[in-house]
Amino acid sequence: MKHLLSIEQLSREEIEAILDRAESFAEVGRRDIKKVPTLRGRTVVSLFYESSTRTSSSFDLAAKRLSADLVSVKAAGSSVEKGESLKDTIATLSAYDPAAIVIRHPYAGAAQMVAGWTAAAVVNAGDGKHEHPSQALLDVYTLRRRLGSLEGVRIWIVGDVLHSRVARSNLIAFAKMGAEVTLCGPPTLIPRGIGALGCNVSYSLDGIEEADVVYALRMQKERMSESFVPSLREYAANFQIDSRRLHPRQLLMHPGPVNRGVELSGEAIDSPQSLIAEQVAAGLVVRMAILYELLAGGDASAPSAEGEGSRPTPIGTPA
Amino acid sequence: MSAQGELPTTSLRDQLDVRSGEEAHLVLRRATVLDPVAGIDAVHDVVVCEGKIASLAAPGEANTEGAEVVEAEGLHAFPAFFDPHVHLRTPGHEHKEDVETGTRAAAAGGYCGILAMANTEPPVSTAADVSALREQARAGASVPVGFLATVTKEMAGEELTEMVELREAGALGFSDDGLPIVDAGVMRRALQYQHLCGGNIALHEEDPRLSMGGAMHEGPVSAVLGIAGIPSVSESTMVARDAAIAAHESARIHVQHLSAAESVEIVRAAKAAGVQISAEASPHHLCLTDEEVRSLDPHRFKMNPPIREERDRQALIEGLRDGSIECIATDHAPHQPEEKDVPFEQAAFGVTGLETAFAALHTELVLPGVIDLGLLVERMGGGAEPFGLPRPTLAPGAEANVVLCDLGAEWTVGEEGYESRSANSWCAGRALTGRVLITVAAGQVAYRLRSFSLGVAA
Repeated sequence: MKHLLSIEQLSREEIEAILDRAESFAEVGRRDIKKVPTLRGRTVVSLFYESSTRTSSSFDLAAKRLSADLVSVKAAGSSVEKGESLKDTIATLSAYDPAAIVIRHPYAGAAQMVAGWTAAAVVNAGDGKHEHPSQALLDVYTLRRRLGSLEGVRIWIVGDVLHSRVARSNLIAFAKMGAEVTLCGPPTLIPRGIGALGCNVSYSLDGIEEADVVYALRMQKERMSESFVPSLREYAANFQIDSRRLHPRQLLMHPGPVNRGVELSGEAIDSPQSLIAEQVAAGLVVRMAILYELLAGGDASAPSAEGEGSRPTPIGTPA
Repeated sequence: MSAQGELPTTSLRDQLDVRSGEEAHLVLRRATVLDPVAGIDAVHDVVVCEGKIASLAAPGEANTEGAEVVEAEGLHAFPAFFDPHVHLRTPGHEHKEDVETGTRAAAAGGYCGILAMANTEPPVSTAADVSALREQARAGASVPVGFLATVTKEMAGEELTEMVELREAGALGFSDDGLPIVDAGVMRRALQYQHLCGGNIALHEEDPRLSMGGAMHEGPVSAVLGIAGIPSVSESTMVARDAAIAAHESARIHVQHLSAAESVEIVRAAKAAGVQISAEASPHHLCLTDEEVRSLDPHRFKMNPPIREERDRQALIEGLRDGSIECIATDHAPHQPEEKDVPFEQAAFGVTGLETAFAALHTELVLPGVIDLGLLVERMGGGAEPFGLPRPTLAPGAEANVVLCDLGAEWTVGEEGYESRSANSWCAGRALTGRVLITVAAGQVAYRLRSFSLGVAA
């Protein structure tokens, strides 16, 4: 694996290899010294063209836990604001000879294009409404820890599927792991033709009792002005996951940040079935595993170690 | 249509603008001559002299004295092609294309005439704009060019341009191409006014409220890619509206770059009902589907209207066959790399196509047996008549508009660069079979393939 651009590119075996690696980092995380020297002397660039809390902070921390040198660039306050093109920005940052570039961009295919412009391994941290592979991996990781396997597990993804890269990546990842996925939301927010991916589509919550896992998506307030939904009130009345609709046997997930009282009720968020905090914790170890697999994994196509102290080190040894 | 033996009374040189050069005196010896409209399909010596097709002589029998002789045995001579939909980007975006480079590209594609769209910067909206462009064409166009003017001032879709004065200045017709005429009332007024000013009105059909923010066809592929879609109904509803208004006003319209199956059906029905409507399809819509967009490559696969699904592509082919679509038009839309080296949704719409149209359609549709060669040749020349221009023909006595092709030649698009100033060809990197060797436009040699050497008769 040279880049992580999409879930679509990964086989089930590759997904499992990353998750297994993440398990071993979880073990490291329980030690007093949580840092390993694996990427010492190598540089990771994190380049975010959109605001992000969870993804950017966990990738940054993941790089640091692996002892990489981290360059973190936000579009706001950078040359992007002065009109520099993505291609030129990548050329500039590539001059530092980074081992990896982690990129979040508001448009589909940005990470893939970047991969054509740099020698670094590229990690897609979200490209437009297309894919968000690290989110899908951490969600599969979270569910696998809780359920052991996703084989035959019924997962409902509820909300604004149309504008959600998380929905797309998770749908593909869950299906690859053997789960049966239903997309649910108002017809205005379910993309035409999405059923071609082999999922079920439902325009109401009727039947959600069958779900083992309910995965709610963020509902953005501006969707009202664009006539996707008449009001957040009507949306909540029909699609909000609350303690009445959530069966005690069901698990609840959400990629964050949550609009309390819109897609989820406060009680549901704080209920024992909620895996939201576990998802965030999983984000760190899964992103460590992604950087490890790309930069130090056994794959022959991984960038060879160059410069001093950059030999991949077994992760068992704390720094 | 000109029946066999009947010659057009005007020529492209009379009605369009082209650089004046040396008149060709050529003999294409033993060429396989195919002009389905004129009913010619045989091996001949094609003699081009004094701007005309002087004769179609028996093979090897033509008088070659003083002529340049091309040994054309095994090669095909067709009436050269006519493209009613080209963006020359002049004035305002000469870094993408200008009259000289755009017409060179046309000549390299086997075209003997093109119509240039008016969505330049500023748009072609005044008589002075038209006159200036005609001047440029007379100075540097390799093939005859006609210029359309905008229907509405500054393409704002609100007020009509001075259409009579524009026609007097030489505007061949009108189009706000690039943008639809959203206001049905303005559309109606333009069609009423056509009874005074003449000139066909070419329409980019799109309801912007349905296509808003879209960057590709709306369907299963856009659903997976998370890219906002341009639904087929954004086109078909506007085609239906304008066909109805044209019928009501007994006016003439030309529908540009059909892309959706539903639009073809509407055009077919309108023609059957006697509406004066003509339509074009682009090579990329005839060869590609939205599956290509999975590559997220905006250089080759981002255009408006977008490439759609296989059922749409099949409907366009059927439209070509039954005449619902009378012509192929490239919508040649040059862009520089900085507008395309960006993520798909941010990239400019449009691909170039003049240099590859014939070869691409020959490779993708004729060689696999989807349509026959005669139909392709006929539709490649079908763009002239809807604008009141004579269809290119090889009938003796006609203006010499000839393309000589090697249908067996294989080449890879882009490996020798382009005549166009831009390289955003939807065919870039494709291996095509069939190549233009020589183009004669309005009696002048407009193009010769460099590697094709001419033999001089002993």
